[in-house]
Amino acid sequence: MNLIAKPSKKNIKIYVPIGLSLVSLSFFDVFVNAFFNFNLMGFLPSQLSYFSPLMLGFIGFYLIRIEFSGIGSLDTLNKNINSNNFNALLTLFTIFIIIKSIPPMLDWFILDANFVGNSKEDCTGDGACWVFIKVWFNRFMYGLYPDTEQWRINTAFLILFTVVGISFFVSEKLKKYFILFLLFVFPFLGIKLISGGSFGLEYVESAAWGGLSLTFIISAFAILFCFPIGVILALGRRSSLPAIKYISIGFIELWRGVPLITVLFMSAVMFPMFLPDGTFIDKLIRVLIAITLFEAAYMAEVVRGGLQALPKGQYEAAKSLGMGYWRMNALIILPQALKLVIPGIANTLLALVKDTPLIFVVGLMELAGMIGLAKTNPKWLGMAMEGYVFAGLVFWVICYAMSRYSQNLEKKLSTER
Amino acid sequence: MNLKKLNIENKKVRDFIPQALTVLALLSVIIYFATNAQINMGNRGISFGFGFLNQEASFDITFSMIEYDGSYSYGRAFLVGLLNTILVSVIGIFFATIIGVIVGVSRLSDNYLIAKVAEWYVEIFRNIPLILQIFFWYFAALRALPLPENGISFNDISFLTIKGWYVPKFIWTNFNIFLLSVIAAFIAIYFISSYATKQREQFGRQLPTTTISLATLIILPLLTFLFLGVSLNFEYPVLKQLSSTVYTYEGGVSIIPELIALALALSMYTATFIAENVRAGILGVSKGQKEAAASIGLNKNQILKLVVMPQALRIIIPPTTNQYLNLTKNSSLAAAIAYPDIVLVFAGTALMQTGRAIEIISITMLTYLTLSISISIFMNWYNKKMAIKEK
Repeated sequence: MNLIAKPSKKNIKIYVPIGLSLVSLSFFDVFVNAFFNFNLMGFLPSQLSYFSPLMLGFIGFYLIRIEFSGIGSLDTLNKNINSNNFNALLTLFTIFIIIKSIPPMLDWFILDANFVGNSKEDCTGDGACWVFIKVWFNRFMYGLYPDTEQWRINTAFLILFTVVGISFFVSEKLKKYFILFLLFVFPFLGIKLISGGSFGLEYVESAAWGGLSLTFIISAFAILFCFPIGVILALGRRSSLPAIKYISIGFIELWRGVPLITVLFMSAVMFPMFLPDGTFIDKLIRVLIAITLFEAAYMAEVVRGGLQALPKGQYEAAKSLGMGYWRMNALIILPQALKLVIPGIANTLLALVKDTPLIFVVGLMELAGMIGLAKTNPKWLGMAMEGYVFAGLVFWVICYAMSRYSQNLEKKLSTER
Repeated sequence: MNLKKLNIENKKVRDFIPQALTVLALLSVIIYFATNAQINMGNRGISFGFGFLNQEASFDITFSMIEYDGSYSYGRAFLVGLLNTILVSVIGIFFATIIGVIVGVSRLSDNYLIAKVAEWYVEIFRNIPLILQIFFWYFAALRALPLPENGISFNDISFLTIKGWYVPKFIWTNFNIFLLSVIAAFIAIYFISSYATKQREQFGRQLPTTTISLATLIILPLLTFLFLGVSLNFEYPVLKQLSSTVYTYEGGVSIIPELIALALALSMYTATFIAENVRAGILGVSKGQKEAAASIGLNKNQILKLVVMPQALRIIIPPTTNQYLNLTKNSSLAAAIAYPDIVLVFAGTALMQTGRAIEIISITMLTYLTLSISISIFMNWYNKKMAIKEK
């Protein structure tokens, strides 16, 4: 009689051990099947054995679903993954899919993959050919930049990271100088170091720049310039002067309404038509201008959100102190407005970094572009999967770190208010 | 008195100068660019104009929804590109919405595993640049599909191969009548639902609107099949040997891999943003609303339909439309894998052939701009209509 009763606290002693062992058995069955290709339930008819883990797990979960069992961990388990039949099924499916997908992934990434060697012929396994990444690594990082000169890119980034790192630990007063250095001196110093042409450094034309370092260079410069332009556009859009207001609105909506790829096309094929015959602006600079203006429009909308969120009293208070327009904005309005929209700014910067691979349309090759080049190399055909998985991982780490940072910032700021 | 007057004048002058300067600067830049453009075009022997749109395009497009070959005009090529852009956007929006809603709701599931899986889906696909995802699907994943002779067969009706996905072709007779019946069904549903609302508001009577609507939508088109001579046949793709090693499928419709890769990447990427919107929308409806609804005796379905969804949708729809717009703009990345959208066909091939950079890029940008602005105008109207009317 007890055996067919609904699971409850009364029969907990019988049901929980049976249920738990059924659930474990079902997981074990899938596990053995996935990792060792051995069917534990092979003695059953084929259709039945196929669904046996699902049925066993389902019965098991039903048996252990006891409300207020008095056992802490069982209650937590039931509450989180086993609150009703539907949830139990979802849980089983999720776990089965995860277990099933581990072995092929593991095989491709590590077990059947090749790590040693120097050419495609060294890749004998069925898995990934990481040799491809190893051989091309320099190109993926530095593009076509001459091997002997790569220390210059390294030095530039090393200085950047060192200064940023130090600036976290110095006092507020010194920090100001560090930030001024980073904003106004370092960009030009760094670009001089990388492009060369003076101080005895060999000149490296921008067409040779590429790889991940180009992603960073473009992102850094675009961030640097799009921010002030965005702030000015946002102020312009909120201006009481009609001409300035409508020009700003027109400018912002124009860039926001078109895809970046057409803007890049424009910078590549249409913009040269607008310059006097014979003038040549470096392709990288044209692309940089295009990306900067494009992202500035998005930045302007984010900043405008902050400006609109500020209560009117702030403006009135600033004016009543006798401040003019610029002093009011610089000292009272913008510091508060920008603080409000830090998450939005971070998201725009994230979008900017994610947009940089698009520069391949004008022939500049950062990481994704270099992979496109490498995979069409006759000696390395068929390496698309490895290349794009690698690039995806690199970009994912960068973007995920950025988004986590912005989320933390958001949390920190929301508690302050 | 005098001082006050001076002040006003001062303010007028103060306002006038920056505006005049800005307009002047803008005008001079435009004039400078325009003169340069004129000189440059004069040097190359081309004059500004849109007459080229009527010239013969003489290039082929791999995938077109309307009749097109090299003998058609550039204008027609533009239309082909535009339709292809719209096609991939509509497909992308459809799947992005479905995936996005499922993932967004899953993130709020009380099942810990499901919520975690949904969270990681969002974190992974949101933080990889879209172009890399498109490359991955196109160059890596879809290239791993089998050749036509070993295509993955779905019940011998449809075949998935490295050359694309072959699906049966619908062959309609009297399609117009069928279409009219569907439109008529929707009009009928509109009247039914407004009648039901009236009944509910005036007499408190609940009509089974959903059932009636569904029945109308099924029965009306079905009647056209039975009485008005509408019929539907399928043409299945059949494997055909071209030479000793080359096979292909004949008949049916071929969905090219470019379209599959693009639609997959666009919908999976945009779905992450839609999922976040859905989650924020559902979380945005306060618990008190549900409790209040329950306390006046509404049942669970009514609470969801009458109290939670209207409020959640008000939060969800504006940012989601924005995402639809982004998806449409992102579909321009098609050019990277040679899906013949407007950017590839028009700003790519047509530009290369005619050399008319200014006209072509302007048309392309204006097309996107028109699309964006019309959607934002619609959204502003919609937001105004949906905004809470405070008394």
